[in-house]
Amino acid sequence: MNLLGKLDWSVVPFDQPIVMFATALMVLTVVFVLGWTAFKGYVPYLWREWLTSVDHKRIGVMYIVLALIMLLRGFTDAIMMRAQQAVAAGGAQGYLPPEHFDQIFSAHGTIMIFFMAMPFVIGVMNFVVPLQLGVRDMAFPTLNSVALWLTASGILLTNVSLAVGEFAKTGWVAYPPLSELQFSPGVGVDYYLWALQISGVGTLMTGINFVATILKTRAPGMGYMRMPVFCWTALASNLLIVAAFPVLTATLAMLLLDRYLGFHFFSVDGQGNPMMYVNLFWVWGHPEVYILVLPAFGIFSEVIATFSSKPLFGYRSMVAATMVICVLSFLVWLHHFFTMGASADVNGFFGVMTMVIAVPTGVKVFNWLFTMYGGRVRFTVPVLWSIGFMVTFVIGGMTGVLMAVPPADFQLHNSLFLVAHFHNVIIGGVVFGLLAGFNYWFPKAFGFTLDERWGKRAFWCWFIGFYLAFMPLYVLGLLGMTRRMQHYDNVDWQPWLVLAAVGVAVILAGIVCQVVQLVVSIRDRAQLRDVTGDPWNGRTLEWSTASPPPAWNFALLPRVAERDTYWVRKKLAHAKDGPPTPPREYEPIEMPKNSATGFVTAFFAVVTGFALIWHIWWMAALGVFGAFVTLLVFAFRDREEFEMAADKIAQFDRGHQAEVAP
Amino acid sequence: MTAIRYDRAPGEQSTLTEEQGETASGRALVYTIGLALAVILTATSFWVANTSLLWAPGIPLGLAVLAIAQMGVHLVFFLHITTGPDNTNNVLALAFGVLVVFLVVAGSLWIMANLNDNMMPPPELMNLHMRH
Amino acid sequence: MNVAVAIHDIQRDALPSASEAGPAPKRIVVAYGFWIFLLSDIVMFSAPFAAYAVLVRATAGGPTGAQLFNQVSVAIETTCLLASSYTCGLMSLAVGSRRRAATYFFAVVTFVLGAAFLALEMREFADMIARGATPQRSAFLSSFFALVGCHGMHVAGGLIWLAVMMAQVALKGFRANVERRLFCFALFWHALDIIWVALFTVVYLMGALP
Repeated sequence: MNLLGKLDWSVVPFDQPIVMFATALMVLTVVFVLGWTAFKGYVPYLWREWLTSVDHKRIGVMYIVLALIMLLRGFTDAIMMRAQQAVAAGGAQGYLPPEHFDQIFSAHGTIMIFFMAMPFVIGVMNFVVPLQLGVRDMAFPTLNSVALWLTASGILLTNVSLAVGEFAKTGWVAYPPLSELQFSPGVGVDYYLWALQISGVGTLMTGINFVATILKTRAPGMGYMRMPVFCWTALASNLLIVAAFPVLTATLAMLLLDRYLGFHFFSVDGQGNPMMYVNLFWVWGHPEVYILVLPAFGIFSEVIATFSSKPLFGYRSMVAATMVICVLSFLVWLHHFFTMGASADVNGFFGVMTMVIAVPTGVKVFNWLFTMYGGRVRFTVPVLWSIGFMVTFVIGGMTGVLMAVPPADFQLHNSLFLVAHFHNVIIGGVVFGLLAGFNYWFPKAFGFTLDERWGKRAFWCWFIGFYLAFMPLYVLGLLGMTRRMQHYDNVDWQPWLVLAAVGVAVILAGIVCQVVQLVVSIRDRAQLRDVTGDPWNGRTLEWSTASPPPAWNFALLPRVAERDTYWVRKKLAHAKDGPPTPPREYEPIEMPKNSATGFVTAFFAVVTGFALIWHIWWMAALGVFGAFVTLLVFAFRDREEFEMAADKIAQFDRGHQAEVAP
Repeated sequence: MTAIRYDRAPGEQSTLTEEQGETASGRALVYTIGLALAVILTATSFWVANTSLLWAPGIPLGLAVLAIAQMGVHLVFFLHITTGPDNTNNVLALAFGVLVVFLVVAGSLWIMANLNDNMMPPPELMNLHMRH
Repeated sequence: MNVAVAIHDIQRDALPSASEAGPAPKRIVVAYGFWIFLLSDIVMFSAPFAAYAVLVRATAGGPTGAQLFNQVSVAIETTCLLASSYTCGLMSLAVGSRRRAATYFFAVVTFVLGAAFLALEMREFADMIARGATPQRSAFLSSFFALVGCHGMHVAGGLIWLAVMMAQVALKGFRANVERRLFCFALFWHALDIIWVALFTVVYLMGALP
């Protein structure tokens, strides 16, 4: 019985120079960052203020940091794929052997969906929702921390697979029979499965946290129809998380049972049914894209209303459209496998439903346009991202409706047309929305705005780069090129792929601009300081706090009487004959204590996941036991909260009121 | 000061106090009635599954109805789900969950049965002989 | 979580409606959050349920459900779990009226009944495996073991939770957070019985039909 399971030195890919180079880069970066942090003495501060924090604002920022780092990793995968496809025409084999190329497109999809988009969306929601609801924190602050760190565990495992072993070669969806043990005997699929299972638990915790927060903890007076639209979209997104992620967990668990214990859910022998995996996977998979895009829609609603200096047009229809999309997203999933062999009535039903779901989305687009119409629009960076989104997402949506027609999809399924479509809606919808939100709420989080010039340069590079990179893919799809090709014979395709590679280079320039934007903004932060906490003349409650807000968010919970309550209060405060504001009386506030539970649980989760991947059974048992003990330590702690003194609150609040007053 | 209760936690029994007529044995009675009803329905289920007195094609439907009734008894008597306005959030959440379960199970069954029907017939039924 | 209520009212509302009443008390928030978790768990179960329904005829020449299932054993298991749900309810009442001895008593009875359920189920699994009806034999058996086993693991988790809760009651008494956790446990335990109703109906009763 080998104590280290399947682990030995041969699993490190010494014979693959590209992988070793990437590994070296990754390891050196990590070592450098950790070493510099320790050398400067930041470790106690980091541990006390960030790693053990249960504050939703801190957790939100950490989620976004993780997402941005993984954006770099996922985008590197994209660069490598475009470079490979630009040269591997005719008889050429390019520079990436098939086994490596397959891992790259699998990692690209997995990372971008699970470890870039999801953490980014969850991070923004974490930061913004409690502030917009006028409350002090999420319903379950420690659970929030655990969820963050479990996501980080999944990220760590995925990145370890670069250096130790391999990643899945099955695509990010990992269909059997290819993903079964018989055809994927290595550890790659196991890395994929355990990373997703561990982070999936975290995501489910997030979903529960947000649903409870939005439905049960809002400021006094904030009825449902007075909530900001972003909170409605966050609610819909998290309802979808709670409803869809369990299906993914169960489906991946069935595949794990097949691989580890020889079960026959999806295997060809034993009368298993591989098509059932496809069905169950997409039951999760379709709601997942709405989990990502609905909060982005919410961000656009906030941004456009604020920078048009107008209330959002059609609030009620926005809310209705959001909840309709939430329900309909569970009625369309078969459109991901029209070609798997269902008959016309089944295909037809799901095709029609897919077209129907475009209707509430269209309602939203019109509402945004009508919000801008007649308003005094300020073309700031968030607004540029929003307008870029409206054009790009509509195009992507239209190609989706085109493929919703099953006979058309028979031609286009798994071609580059499909790849262009989903990047069109995910980049145009989700990424543009997140970048708009990032620029919009950055001053609230850090106390200074981002540099506008570099922000605009970044936007134009992303926008132009996107079209250069993905419009050729539509053409290629119509010309017959399938997805995931490591090399191809038809040299007529090559010019389009070269153009796509140029587009990726332009997007890279956009990302570089964003890095420069950060550096320049930090350097110039004194000049860019957000003194009043309300740099954009905002409409919702988060802009009534200081930038950054204190740990307790609001010294006194706001009493809400209408929609866009902060905007109305500003109007009243400036009115000459408005009622005088009575003097404030401050009381101590009970705040949740920081906790190492999340970090330590995640540590044991990584140990358990790594051990299970490599079949080190004793280590896996230890990991599970350690996680259980961590839970017990948390359960038996004596004090859950500490009291923040009233005078400290008063001092901070008076300082903020003085900044706002003139 | 009497707090106005707008909301009941899911699973919470009535919030009436001793003065308002609620007794300890009254609370326990709810559980006992629930147990009795559940026992009757469960026993009936087992009987229905094993008897030859009923029309065979109707038995699965009968079992399904009895199962739903048993689940209803649990929800009402053990989990104290009501249709009052203080329970609205709880009922809505439950309805959402039930809807999703229904869509997943019914949808999957419909799709998988359809796919199965469209699979190739076994070799014996396929006429693979070449005609000259 | 204590909340300091704002003193500067713009308008005075007569009686706010339910959605405008401000943050709910912690007890309700915790119970509602757990309720949402339970619904997610029920959705999770629906996937192996669907898999079972799809694969129920995929016996690969091996034994079918009708050949394997013992209805007497299932009836006893069902009785145990249902009774444990009842005693759990009585335990909830004891917790609510702060009767320690009654709490421990009903907790122990609930535990014993739940453990009996598990013991019977494990014996059933062992018997099946001894007869060659292993989960590796066919897709039907894979889905049976996974579905029923998943429920069994939830029951086992519940028993561990119950034991930990009794330790908490012993060490900390009926503090607010202990009471909230016991409340969540009761929700969990009742939900497990609801899932068992669906399970024994679909798997054992419908599975035994010709």
